Amino acid sequence: MAKPASTISKNVGALGQWVDKRLPVSEFWKSHISEYYAPKNFNIMYFFGSLALLVLVNQIVTGIFLTMHYKPDAALAFGSVEYIMRDVDWGWLIRYMHSTGASAFFIVVYLHMFRALMYGSYQKPRELVWILGVLIYLVLMAEAFMGYVLPWGQMSYWGAQVIVSLFGAIPYVGDALVEWIRGDYYIADATLNRFFALHVIALPLALLALVVLHLAALHEVGSNNPDGIEIKKNKDENGIPRDGIPFHPYYTVKDIFGVGIFLLLFAFVLFYAPDGGGYFLEKDNFAPSDPLVTPNHIVPVWYFTPYYAILRAVPDKLMGVVLMGAAIFVLFLMPWLDRSKVRSIRYKGLGSKILLTVFAIGFIRLGMLGMAEGTPAETIESRVWTVVYFAFFALMPVVTSMESTKPVPERVTT
Amino acid sequence: MRIHTGISTALAALLLSFNASAAGGGDYDHAPINIEDTASLQRGATMFANYCMGCHSAQYMRWKRVGEDLGLTDEQVEEFLIKGDQTINDYMMSSMPYDQATEWFGKAPPDLSLTARSRSADWVYTFLRSYYLTEEGWNNTLLANAAMPHVLWELQGIQRPITETITNEAGESRTVIESLELEEPGLMSPEEYDAAITDLTAFMAYIAEPAALDRLRMGPWVLLFLVVFTFLAWLLYKEYWKDVKK
Repeated sequence: MAKPASTISKNVGALGQWVDKRLPVSEFWKSHISEYYAPKNFNIMYFFGSLALLVLVNQIVTGIFLTMHYKPDAALAFGSVEYIMRDVDWGWLIRYMHSTGASAFFIVVYLHMFRALMYGSYQKPRELVWILGVLIYLVLMAEAFMGYVLPWGQMSYWGAQVIVSLFGAIPYVGDALVEWIRGDYYIADATLNRFFALHVIALPLALLALVVLHLAALHEVGSNNPDGIEIKKNKDENGIPRDGIPFHPYYTVKDIFGVGIFLLLFAFVLFYAPDGGGYFLEKDNFAPSDPLVTPNHIVPVWYFTPYYAILRAVPDKLMGVVLMGAAIFVLFLMPWLDRSKVRSIRYKGLGSKILLTVFAIGFIRLGMLGMAEGTPAETIESRVWTVVYFAFFALMPVVTSMESTKPVPERVTT
Repeated sequence: MRIHTGISTALAALLLSFNASAAGGGDYDHAPINIEDTASLQRGATMFANYCMGCHSAQYMRWKRVGEDLGLTDEQVEEFLIKGDQTINDYMMSSMPYDQATEWFGKAPPDLSLTARSRSADWVYTFLRSYYLTEEGWNNTLLANAAMPHVLWELQGIQRPITETITNEAGESRTVIESLELEEPGLMSPEEYDAAITDLTAFMAYIAEPAALDRLRMGPWVLLFLVVFTFLAWLLYKEYWKDVKK
């Protein structure tokens, strides 16, 4: 027998109804959380979406606190970061959470994107989910690049110098464009100040807006799954997909477990290797920027290096920039390059499996080559993997329309 | 299972090779430092104050913080470490004014707050043990024509280079330093000198990241909490999913 409701719970209930008549809070909760039906066969690859959201929140919250002490001034920036690291209470932890979070963001986003490639999550009707996702990735790259400039160390300065000068390869307007971006004749205080504005306001706003659209589009069409089966095709008498389970509580508790595993790894880096072995925080960036001293070896942070390798693989600067841009923009075309009748790699043919495996190896290999010194042998290898990178997209329509696929089961497998 | 195994094996192999190549490092001697060894940091601080701070500053480090982290009272820091007219609340500034140093040397001696991080502790350890004397004066195998003389020569003694002439295939020969030999012993034996440099390097690693002491102290507790949290989250997940995985 249920206990009679207490006065407090009655009042809370009444308040809830009062709000609901004016703002559809519980309807929103239902349609996006408690009655959003997700396939029940998500595997480990499906943790990275919620983890990306967690890292985004981490970046925003730690970013707010960093902004309170950071000085976007070429003369003060480097010192203000050290002030945060030493004199601000818990500043070191907040800074490391932010810097490690940047790398963690790319790790989970790369795995999240790879998941989409594995299970065909970009295919009809999820084209917009994918396109919005690629846009998020683009904005994230801009956000990360500008964030890396802010500590104003040697790599901040020279990395900015290299990346911004890429725009100079554009014919006719290049030089004027570079000057316009820098706001000066070289990377200087004006550049730092505007990168700060873009990093803390413009790009985070764009990122948040895109994330909302990405989720809205996803919840409209529903989540894909490792079998690539449309669960909405098989509904019970109540109109609920037979292979679906409510996101809350099932995936909320499962994702909390995923968060635990992630935080264990994240905390291990924070407390025992906050510079990530020199990959998350480069050694040279602990030296203040000096326009007169060029570091021996200017390398972007690891998450940009696959594209940097493609850029360096091409002898002509303009062609290199064009190819690097194409390497990112070709991602937008994925939904139309894949002609397969099935979504998941599980039911695609051997050709697709080989394509995806070689592509993944090539992407990692390019990342490693992008960090290397750029010897002639490395340049040749970069060219090979650049061809492989583009071959993945070029061969995709051919392979997927020609290969024979395995029969897809009626219901999801677990 | 299916393709996953193939892909993950290939990726794992790649990542392993990646790690192996990353671990290579430079040609520096390994600095056997332990920044949690307070006595070592105290000895290193004394050396830093006595031998380095005549010219170099550690502009981001406060004396007070050094005292707190190294188990010294404010009075002890003022008595044993601070030279000149600085107080416990000041940053560790050299008594040599920056502007004058620039005037005297053309380039002021670099600030040492972050050297152990921007160059690495191994670099500092190797550098301070790589000085040698020739007719032209002091030089260093790690940083050729270093502007800094060997300020610790009284402790280490005088090292002379053992050179070797190498002729390459084109017939060009050049002289390279094969090794350094202690010609005239200093106040310390080579073992004592290495130990002293280890202490100094440990102190420089500490001032490069004083928060390292905090994170190493807290790390185990944070990880322990997360292990318990994750275990409970796993139990909760198993409990809820009983009715899904029928």
